[in-house]
Amino acid sequence: MRSFMFLVTGLVVMGLAFWAYRENYRTQEVTREIRSLHLEIAEARGALSILNAEWAYLNRPDRLRELAELNFDSLGLLPLTGAHYVRVDQVAWPAPVTLLDQVEAPVETMGVLLDASAGGDSQ
Amino acid sequence: MIRTPLRPLARILSARDKGENPDRIERDNIRARHDEIQGRARHRAEGRLLVLSVFFLAAFSAVGLRMGSISVSVPEEPRSGGAGDSILTQRADITDRNGNILATNIATYSLYAHPQQMIDPVAAAARLAEIFPDLDGEQLNRQFTGDRKFVWVRQKLSPEQRQTVHEIGEPGLLFGPREMRLYPNGALAAHVLGGASFGREGVHSAEVIGVAGVENVFDEMLRDPANNGAPLRLSLDMTVQAVAEEVLGGGMQLMNAKGAAGVLMDVHTGEIISLVSLPDFDPNERPRVLTEGDQSDSPLFNRAVQGVYELGSTYKLFALAQAMDAGLISENTMIDTQGPLKWGRFNIRDFHNYGPTLSTTDVLVKSSNIGTARIAQMIGADRQREFLTSLGLTVPSPVEILEASGSQPLLPSNWSELSTMTISYGHGISASPMHLAAAYASVVNGGTRVVPTLLLQDGVQNGPRVVSEEVSRISRDMLRQVVTRGTASFGDVEGYEVGGKTGSADKPRPQGGYYDDKVISTFASIFPASNPKYVLIVTLDEPSIEGLGEMRRTAGWTAVPVAAELTRRVAPLLGLRPQVETLPLTAVTLTSN
Repeated sequence: MRSFMFLVTGLVVMGLAFWAYRENYRTQEVTREIRSLHLEIAEARGALSILNAEWAYLNRPDRLRELAELNFDSLGLLPLTGAHYVRVDQVAWPAPVTLLDQVEAPVETMGVLLDASAGGDSQ
Repeated sequence: MIRTPLRPLARILSARDKGENPDRIERDNIRARHDEIQGRARHRAEGRLLVLSVFFLAAFSAVGLRMGSISVSVPEEPRSGGAGDSILTQRADITDRNGNILATNIATYSLYAHPQQMIDPVAAAARLAEIFPDLDGEQLNRQFTGDRKFVWVRQKLSPEQRQTVHEIGEPGLLFGPREMRLYPNGALAAHVLGGASFGREGVHSAEVIGVAGVENVFDEMLRDPANNGAPLRLSLDMTVQAVAEEVLGGGMQLMNAKGAAGVLMDVHTGEIISLVSLPDFDPNERPRVLTEGDQSDSPLFNRAVQGVYELGSTYKLFALAQAMDAGLISENTMIDTQGPLKWGRFNIRDFHNYGPTLSTTDVLVKSSNIGTARIAQMIGADRQREFLTSLGLTVPSPVEILEASGSQPLLPSNWSELSTMTISYGHGISASPMHLAAAYASVVNGGTRVVPTLLLQDGVQNGPRVVSEEVSRISRDMLRQVVTRGTASFGDVEGYEVGGKTGSADKPRPQGGYYDDKVISTFASIFPASNPKYVLIVTLDEPSIEGLGEMRRTAGWTAVPVAAELTRRVAPLLGLRPQVETLPLTAVTLTSN
């Protein structure tokens, strides 16, 4: 009985030693991974701050104003003044959607239009 | 195990034969047996002691070795901890009220040299001078070939410049990481931000310290790691600031002025939405302080805060509001405006002759110096001084800019009755446009003191009462009338009910007296006048414009149109929708039958 206990204890000790050895190496592995992740995060943050700075630089009011003036033909942007405020009831309702607006490809024209006109006739 | 009998028969018998006591043999044997048992027990105990001592020896030597290794090893930061990522930059960003970045950091490199490690110092110096035209090649050559071990070459490098330096291939040229303060909007709000420069410098890093503006005032807060990089949110609105700078710049050119200043302030919270001083500068390349001449000619000079000027007739509102608050006059009291008003050897004159009397309202609308001086006489010097102090017009402005601490208003050394009279119309006392903005806000917002601030606020300031609510309402009404039928008729903006007061003061000569042809023209305006949200101060330095065949310098022709254009552009951006002004309804009287 005693020798059996000794054997079991010895096996447990060896097992634990093996487990500790594995855990030790796994911990070191994870630590290395965390270190590289930290580096990655720091790099990402650095890149983010650069991008933020660049975003702010590209959106600086002077530049936007110049761009708005250069592209006046296509954009037609004017400085905001009081005249741009209107009351809600002065805003036009959207134009009613007609069937012709829904037609996108010329191929589907025939059947849909015929159906629609047939439906219209029957009413 | 063989048990030895205690009384072996052979020995007993032989002992009996010899006549000895056989019990002795038994005792002998018992003793021998006990000796044996004791010996075994001691042996086992010694074994246990040995094991224990080995165990203790191992434990103590493990502790000792660990202590030894800790004491001789270099300290190392724990790597697995989660904290520490967020602190990347040593200085927090500055943003406007909507979170747009006004100041941030970028990583860059500095260039230094170890001449002892250089292979070809002469060629390196020549190449560096080629890459950086601002470096002196001769001096570099001397530094590299001398017996110095360390030479700073440049504080900041762009990535392209760094690459070109790499391409020289000189092992003695080394780079150190640097954090650089960047103002992405260039000159926008330059006077508020101030600028930053390097403090203590090392090879691996350098301190970035604020040298002026909010960068300096909030230096500690921006650098405090405990804030975890939280940005400093100012009350400025970037869009409004950009528009204000554009409009004021245009107005300054149009009016041939040498400088301009503008302050736009929320009357209830004291937040400064826009602060402009022109000419301005780029805080990324902060110019040097002038070493000679007048500091006010430098672009670094903040006219809105440091520019302590006589602000002229804009002060009349204070005299009138105080007199009405004290119950000395009402808005309809007729004031003697017969001129000139003689006081000792001084004559107080009006721009035009306004006849023998004017109502209090008309004194402000027509801007009568004589009328205001007479009202000031009723108030007296002590009360006037007290009132101006309660408006913050006698102490440096508390706004959070480094330069504000130098904005001590110029007060008369002897506050005599004559001073009282001149001060009432804004002469003999000087203050900055920032002072004026805070004072106007305090009078028109319902009558409570407002302190200007550059930080985003989350509520109104409930300051001490300065004038009663009724007087505040009358003051607003009078300011509105100045625009509708008075000296500031160019200042009206459709839909925004602008009210305001003009002020034109001759510039003092440095050698005493006043210039005839140089004025500071100021327009202090509020909008919308019936329920003011903002106060706008526009000041032009030495403006002049040809109008109706005459050279015009007064504020009504110079500062007022600029302020009106500014209001037209800025008010919609502040979310104010134009109001259709309604005429007061004809009173309906109940009559019988």
